[in-house]
Amino acid sequence: MNKLNLVVIGNGMVGHHFLEQLHEAGLTAQFNVTVIGEERHIAYDRVHLSEYFQGKGAAELALGTAEQYATWGYRLLLGVKATAIDPESHTVSLADGSRLPWDKLVLATGSFPFVPPIPGKDRPGCLVYRTLEDLDAIREAAASANTGVVVGGGLLGLEAANALRGLNLDTAVVEFAPRLMPAQVDNEGGELLREKIQALGVQVLTGRATQHIEDGENANHRMVFQDGKMLETDLIVFSAGIRPRDELARACGLTLCERGGVDVDDFCRTSHPDILAIGEVAAWRNCVFGLVAPGYQMAKVAVSTLGGGDKRFTGADMSTKLKLLGVDVGAIGDAQATQNAGAKVYRYLDQIKQHYRKMVVSADGRRLLGAMLVGDNSTYDTLMQYYRNRMDLPEQAESLILPASAGKAPALGMDALPDSAIICSCHNVSKGDIVGCIQGGCSSLAEVKDKTRAATGCGGCASQLKSLVDHQMAAMGMAVSTAICEHFNHTRQELEHIIRAEGIRSFSELRDRHGKGLGCDICKPTVGNILASAWNGYVLDEGRAALQDTNDAFLANMQKDGTFSVVPRIAGGEITPDKLIVIGEVARDFGLYTKLTGGQRIDLFGARLNQLPAIWKRLTDAGFETGQAYGKSVRTVKSCVGSTWCRYGVGDSVKLAIDLENRYKGIRSPHKLKFAVSGCTRECAEAQSKDFGVIATEKGWNLYVAGNGGMRPRHADLFAQDLDTETLIRTIDRLMIFYIRTADRLQRTARWLENLEGGLEYLRKVILNDSLGINADLDRQMEQLVASFHCEWQATLENPESLKRFRQTINDDGDDPEILFVPERGQIRPASESERAGRIPLVAL
Amino acid sequence: MSEHSSWISVGKRGDLVPGAGVGARVGQQQIAIFWLEESPEQLYATANLCPFAGVNIIARGIVGDIGGEPVVASPLHKEHFSLLDGRCFEHPEVSLPIWQARLQGDDLQVREPEIMQLLVS
Repeated sequence: MNKLNLVVIGNGMVGHHFLEQLHEAGLTAQFNVTVIGEERHIAYDRVHLSEYFQGKGAAELALGTAEQYATWGYRLLLGVKATAIDPESHTVSLADGSRLPWDKLVLATGSFPFVPPIPGKDRPGCLVYRTLEDLDAIREAAASANTGVVVGGGLLGLEAANALRGLNLDTAVVEFAPRLMPAQVDNEGGELLREKIQALGVQVLTGRATQHIEDGENANHRMVFQDGKMLETDLIVFSAGIRPRDELARACGLTLCERGGVDVDDFCRTSHPDILAIGEVAAWRNCVFGLVAPGYQMAKVAVSTLGGGDKRFTGADMSTKLKLLGVDVGAIGDAQATQNAGAKVYRYLDQIKQHYRKMVVSADGRRLLGAMLVGDNSTYDTLMQYYRNRMDLPEQAESLILPASAGKAPALGMDALPDSAIICSCHNVSKGDIVGCIQGGCSSLAEVKDKTRAATGCGGCASQLKSLVDHQMAAMGMAVSTAICEHFNHTRQELEHIIRAEGIRSFSELRDRHGKGLGCDICKPTVGNILASAWNGYVLDEGRAALQDTNDAFLANMQKDGTFSVVPRIAGGEITPDKLIVIGEVARDFGLYTKLTGGQRIDLFGARLNQLPAIWKRLTDAGFETGQAYGKSVRTVKSCVGSTWCRYGVGDSVKLAIDLENRYKGIRSPHKLKFAVSGCTRECAEAQSKDFGVIATEKGWNLYVAGNGGMRPRHADLFAQDLDTETLIRTIDRLMIFYIRTADRLQRTARWLENLEGGLEYLRKVILNDSLGINADLDRQMEQLVASFHCEWQATLENPESLKRFRQTINDDGDDPEILFVPERGQIRPASESERAGRIPLVAL
Repeated sequence: MSEHSSWISVGKRGDLVPGAGVGARVGQQQIAIFWLEESPEQLYATANLCPFAGVNIIARGIVGDIGGEPVVASPLHKEHFSLLDGRCFEHPEVSLPIWQARLQGDDLQVREPEIMQLLVS
């Protein structure tokens, strides 16, 4: 059979889903498929676009790869624009002048951001928020900007505002309607949303129509509103809704709907029998669906149509659950109570906690027709199930939106859901599908996601999916494991609690009471670490040496050739010339390679195991302490020179850095901790990329938490402002101990905070308002740790038992003869494999 | 019958570290000796050279068990080797040479494994 030519114009989320479904349906045997994408990136996750500014790269956001498309037999043309469709000759013309023949054509061109026709809208620095290239342009413009305005206070506008805020711009949102998110919330909800967003430092201007944009006096632009008021800003992002990319369809004579969009029938067919349209370019019964889930459904329908099937698109539920600027917003069904005559409403508003919940029910009060949530989405899943499955509401239906304490809120258990209940609407996965998948042998959330694709679309159902999987596995008697390893059926947090509560001092004691077996390289270092932060004993004492990872066991960092590197503490990066000379002399005398670290200290490489005690004898004699570069502990407190020397400095950053480093040195934590202190807002110490960052202000110190560099960079969150030094230190004390008590093993503060239920707000309540009543206890633990500091290398040098292990072999005190170095740029480096094999002659050192 | 090589003294009881490994030298070879007080055999010995990293570091690894079988984790990239037969759990095609170790009074002794003897004889 001759294959038909199928051309797909558009490679966005819906276009990609179509290609996946086409492959899964086995239709690739019938079609030669060509995909045309205008952007240079392969389809990516536009729903999570703002994560691009939080460090996710294009590759991480990508939904597929060119290799995958090739395997499926698709020809992929990226960075190419389709310029015309000729329905007569069945061809499509491309910007490069070429023409592609098609037997079937799928339009998945999506939409473009609507920019209101305001004079001045095309000025440089007036941008939109839709594609990765848009984001690159915003980032570039933001680099030289202080302020940014988003025009549009809907879902996408608030996303864009969050992005600008993430780029450190003073951000404002300008909305034409009298409230934010007019499509999703009512006036009361909108007002609450405004309060919450303003509390985050984002200015909200509603009921404002921009008349024109002109040159600003203090910023690049000045926006002039209908009431004559003005707003100056360096950067403007338009996010005032979307419009279908229907220009190709329009030009070739396809029927469009009144308000734009290519008219399609229930089979996603346009007015031309061989052209289909899906996603945001398509209009079904005069309605364009600006969400990903309906687009995915259209993609499935289009695949069915092409394969001769009779699947129909029957409209889509526009219910959404969002977190915008950290604020929960949920809208279900007829949330505005405008589509159902006689509908009645329940409302609950709490202006203290800033929660707003509303239920729209049928006139007889039996069915849920819609719901609206602002500030707290915790009831969304339950309400959604009542709505979607048309379940009878319980007696006292109001309890569904009342706080748990006010009445017995009948939690809708997983058992109460019918098998037909849809859990993931993006991929149309029902409860029955998931239960079947587990009954069929899947035994973890990851496997279920992989098999059913549930929670891999917009991700909105992730928490419900997890509950369902846990519930079903528990119901089938399968263990839902949160154990750190096979030897302990506990999380790190539980072990930490057990050790402190029961006063446990050794691994064997803990194992005998709560675990089994010999332990392993997961639980042993974890327990060693917890014992250290609970009691602060010498890490190599009383059998604890055997618990430590190699770096901790030998108090140095093992490198790829089995030699170690040595890092003495240089608190705050401040060092006297005499001490600098000592480090130089030690490095020279032991033949070590020296390099400056990113934490403002000096790393000495190439030390053999048996040399470590002698090297440290020299260093401790000269007054150095261990820098604990090997430990899961406080590393360095980086600083700029601050007000002492710098003409801009407003605070003594060096003194604070040294004080902080000396206070917290030696404390073991779930992962390493990096600090920095900047003496002014210029932020030369890069404190906002650290676990704990401090920036001097005119009034004291601003404290930032949970920043990170590395693989997944995270900008730190401002935790508290204008603290005096004593309050600052007390706050860090509590944050550190709370992190030590609650984080997972090897979880940096960035991931810890991201996973902390309640996030930054919750953390503020615990630490600043003592909402758990534990602050006195946190203070006590920190005082104990600070008071019991000792230099581990000093202790080791005084302990012959510990020194025994610093030998390469027990029957030979000499060096390991298999460690070989070669000279490079005046220092040593490890010999390469071919040099070691003798293929390249070694130079003796 | 295979010819047994003799036991070689490499140190004293006091050289061992409870729950961990130490290195020892036999001619040009380096071996790792582990003392697991809670395991039935108590003493285990393997080559000290990590087959993946190519450096003598196995003695520095953390010992423990996988499903009750005593193992050592190589300290650079945490591959697990059985202390009973030396096989690697992550890469079954790779294994660590196994030695025998014993204490004769205060004397710590090792010898090359039986299988090597059989191949030689």
